[in-house]
Amino acid sequence: MSGPNTDYDPVEVTPLKADQVEAMREAALTAIADAADLEALKQVRLDHAGDRSPIALANREIGALPPQARKEAGQRVGQARGAINQAIAARQAVLEAEHEERMLVEETVDVSLPTTRRRRGGRHPLTLQSELIADLFVAMGYEVAEGPVVEAEWLNFDALNLGPDHPARTMQDTFWTEPADDHVVLRTQTSPVQARTMLTRTPPIYVVCPGRVFRTDEYDATHSPMFHQVEGLVVDEGITMAHLKGTLDHFASQLFGDGITTRFRPSYFPFTEPSAEVDVKCFVCRGGEGVAECRTCRGEGWIEWGGCGVVNPRVLVACGVDPEVYSGFAFGMGIDRSFMFRHDLEDLRPLFEGDVRFSSAFGTEI
Amino acid sequence: MKAPLSWVLDHVDVPEGTTTEEITDRLTLTGLKLEAVESPGREITGPLVIGRVLTKEPEPQKNGKTINWCTVDVGDANGTGEPQGIVCGAHNFEPGDLVVTVLPGGVLPGGFEIGARKTYGHLSAGMICSARELGLGDDHDGIIVLPADAGEPGQDVRPVLGLDEETIELEVNPDRAYALSIRGIAREVLVSVEGATGFRDPALRDTPPANDDGHPVVVEDAEGCPVFVARKVTGFDPTAPTPDFMVRRITAAGMRPISLAVDVTNYVMLETGRPIHGYDADKVQGALVVRRAREGETLTTLDGTKRTLDPADLVVTDDSGIIGLGGVMGGETTEISDTTTTVLVEAAHWDAVSMFRTGRRHKITSEAGKRNERGVDPTICEAAADRVVELLVEHGGGQADPGVTVVGTPPAMPVVEVPGDLAARVSGMPITEERSVECLRAVGCEVSVDGGGAGTLSVTPPPWRPDLTDAQDFSEEVIRLVGYDKVPSVLPTPPSGRGLTRPQQLRRRIGRTLAGEGFVEVVSFPFVGAADLDALGLTAEDPRRDLLQLSNPLSAEAGFMTTTLLPGVLRAAGKNVGHGNTDVAIFETGTVTLPRHSGPAAILPVDRRPTDDEFAALDAALPAQPLHLALVAAGDAVAGGWWGEARPVSWADAVDAVRAVAEALGLEVTASSVELAPWHPGRCAELSVDGVVVGHAGEVHPTVCEAFGLPKRTVAAEVDLDLLIERAVHLRKAPTFSSYPVAKEDVALVVDASVPAAAVEAALREGAGELLESIRLFDVYTGDQVGEGKKSLAYALRFRAPDRTLKEGEAAAARDAAVALAAERTGAVQRA
Repeated sequence: MSGPNTDYDPVEVTPLKADQVEAMREAALTAIADAADLEALKQVRLDHAGDRSPIALANREIGALPPQARKEAGQRVGQARGAINQAIAARQAVLEAEHEERMLVEETVDVSLPTTRRRRGGRHPLTLQSELIADLFVAMGYEVAEGPVVEAEWLNFDALNLGPDHPARTMQDTFWTEPADDHVVLRTQTSPVQARTMLTRTPPIYVVCPGRVFRTDEYDATHSPMFHQVEGLVVDEGITMAHLKGTLDHFASQLFGDGITTRFRPSYFPFTEPSAEVDVKCFVCRGGEGVAECRTCRGEGWIEWGGCGVVNPRVLVACGVDPEVYSGFAFGMGIDRSFMFRHDLEDLRPLFEGDVRFSSAFGTEI
Repeated sequence: MKAPLSWVLDHVDVPEGTTTEEITDRLTLTGLKLEAVESPGREITGPLVIGRVLTKEPEPQKNGKTINWCTVDVGDANGTGEPQGIVCGAHNFEPGDLVVTVLPGGVLPGGFEIGARKTYGHLSAGMICSARELGLGDDHDGIIVLPADAGEPGQDVRPVLGLDEETIELEVNPDRAYALSIRGIAREVLVSVEGATGFRDPALRDTPPANDDGHPVVVEDAEGCPVFVARKVTGFDPTAPTPDFMVRRITAAGMRPISLAVDVTNYVMLETGRPIHGYDADKVQGALVVRRAREGETLTTLDGTKRTLDPADLVVTDDSGIIGLGGVMGGETTEISDTTTTVLVEAAHWDAVSMFRTGRRHKITSEAGKRNERGVDPTICEAAADRVVELLVEHGGGQADPGVTVVGTPPAMPVVEVPGDLAARVSGMPITEERSVECLRAVGCEVSVDGGGAGTLSVTPPPWRPDLTDAQDFSEEVIRLVGYDKVPSVLPTPPSGRGLTRPQQLRRRIGRTLAGEGFVEVVSFPFVGAADLDALGLTAEDPRRDLLQLSNPLSAEAGFMTTTLLPGVLRAAGKNVGHGNTDVAIFETGTVTLPRHSGPAAILPVDRRPTDDEFAALDAALPAQPLHLALVAAGDAVAGGWWGEARPVSWADAVDAVRAVAEALGLEVTASSVELAPWHPGRCAELSVDGVVVGHAGEVHPTVCEAFGLPKRTVAAEVDLDLLIERAVHLRKAPTFSSYPVAKEDVALVVDASVPAAAVEAALREGAGELLESIRLFDVYTGDQVGEGKKSLAYALRFRAPDRTLKEGEAAAARDAAVALAAERTGAVQRA
């Protein structure tokens, strides 16, 4: 704010002359346009639009003019200041955009740099395969049954029509526990879960049971003292071998691909009668051309998959199911074995060696 | 069972042109699975012909050997008709003999290629062969001299030697003992192969009637030995060779030819399925007596093993004492030898269960035992003995003694009532009653259609099928002949299922959570030994040393079921480190076995359902088998790289992994210090949920690290997942958030170094009251500024009210209250 000015010519003030104002404006616009960066523009703003800038000083003089002259001078200075401020804002926007662009360019990184800092986890493929199989059956309406691996001899054998002198007991080399007269074994099959299921549920029963089983097999490329089986059990009215065949055909096509079916061969299991071996059509060569060279089925066109049959009425009786009313079927497959031919693994040992490179290869789903 | 095909086809006819593959395909489909087809000459290719030795010039060599330079007439087989010059090292032949000659271009077993080559100064164009060179046995004492009527020079010698004879190996299930014989297989061919006819039963023969002139036999245990037949051959020539056909067939069947007398008994066993025992009659003293062994009695069996017998073992005795383990293995004292001239032939039927038990008790597996314990046709003892006598007389030059001893009669087969529609009901195929009857009769059953009333068949199984006892057994016979391949494919319709149970879902969630935390799942065997627990540093009193022992472990070092998953994961981690994967994080879930010492698991009856109490008692007798989780991490948790320094794993990673699992189940874990192997005594957290200890986590003791080949500072945890899963929060409440502003207050408290941070935090939390939204420990400081034995804990507190903006000073007042309570409870002093 300037004070009264006695030297003042009230009629005419030089800085407010039209040509003077015009010159200030021109000078300002030129300087703005010339400002190369935001720093320069800041200085330009101070010089040409700041409190001490010529135009600001000129503006202060307006009050010294006679009232009739003020309006015109005010308009002139106001327009000039407006133009200057506008130009500064425009230039500011341009320079900021340029600055930002330059900064982004400067911040460029090499995106091909490795990014994995944390370890990746993974689940065991046999767990995944078990879950996959369980899910296939759950989708059909089955439930997943379970039982202990250290099991009562009666449930592992006797209840399944494998009496103490049954020759088939020698088919399965059993781990027995001490003291021997405790009659406790490591289950040799998931079948005791069948017995447990029938003893704790009432028909209709539709269950599947994946789990660990044990046999006294020396550990080598194709044998392991511990492996995994999946057992299926259905007990309902009017169940026949045809239902068993239909179920296994469906299971095979879900696990190995559309059109993959099964084949039954007569066999013997004490807990089923009739009993059958199940072969699954080779999902690689499908028994067609190329079967002779097929590594997966070794030229057979079929792969041995598991055992199955109609539940022996004796088993139903021991487990409290009336064989006059109900019949059932059961089947069992090696999960490890299924995994091996499904994923082209020739030696089973990597499944149990704990090398993270093996499990990691399968991630969290298969 | 390995069955020479020609032997099978001696007893059944198949249509002209039926291939081996067609026969074995059918047998496979009806239940005798083909394992392999073998023929002794399968490795031999090229010209292998009959040759007649024309000249034989012995030529002594400098090395002391004498070779024979021979010319051999091979007809036109060499393309010229000229005699073939061959050098031969053997001497057991003369000019004029017929020999087996392989000509240049031929290949013998083992890929041995025959060419014309210079040797001993001659061009030897071929070879005169020994049995061993042809893969026909071990005989290499000389070359094979063929019978004079074997054929003409130049003729292919393969048919003469039976080199092309195929042997089919079939898998025989334990219920099909009858198929452990040519008789049984021929019968299966008859019912399986289309157009097969003319079954000639080798056990169907006229046998001389029993008389009182035979060797005396007393059977004291008729249950154990229902039938005992004894025959005798005198004047037997112990040096008589076993005929070639018999050697070939026995060898092809997988047995070793020994001597004529022994080979004949084996031959007849293979042919009829009935095991036979031969005694040197001159060494048998007095009557044969069959009885059970007495406590403490011993017998040295044919294999030279002295065995202490069990009172349940069936034995054959004479005046000298025990001379055989009936039906399982003979004794040494009456063994047939190369001086035996009188052979006493025993064909007896033994109780299968007793055979099984004796075989298992004495760990004897033999061809005879295999058949006797599975069940043999009891009606063919006389026929089998007669066949043995016939062959011994024919090939051993003896005479059949007229005495025939037969003690006992074969047990009658039971009559079983079988519903006529059972096969249809079981199979889901439209099998008529007529078809069922036809199939049952085909396998040898007697069927009476009107015996048991309308719709019921009265079926008597044939004597060679002791396995057919239940109605459903007969349905299998029908269905397998109709064809398993004809069973239609029908999907049943289950009722609506309930999906996975909650524990099943949660187990999957736990696995995924740990994989998300960077851990890789492994599967280990649950076997451990004391050394594994020593390696963990467990004290003698540690309850984890209470292990369930295996009676028959695969290795003595791992003879127990584990009580902890730590040995498995530590070993696996050590292996990974050993393989150069130094930054490793693994986990395993599985059950552990915790003995309850709660007594035996009963053997319950099987003719009824166990009562609920019986079933519960069975479960109670088993060890507890909770599901555990164990995890290990070693090396770097975060790798070093262009982004900065590596961060090695720390005890906190093990605790945090368990927290992550608990959080996935909606649970909060509290940690407190504890000393427990295998952890570092100052870096082990006892982890609790709702005041219940669920597991432990922390840094592994350096000694344990070393024992498992792991770097120091490896961390591990083990948790009982069952305890977590049963506490898992089922329905989580939806949270509500305040949108009013937050007020932040930081405090630094100095406490004794021994005060757990968790206690300080708990006091702050309680003292701060409801306005406290969260509390976070952001710094722990020890050093000069707080003094010896002290630590400074710096907390960031956030306050917020759900329904209003906090008034000036409200947050500070709550903070002061928090500090006051911490001071009271833990002696905390606020740091200036």
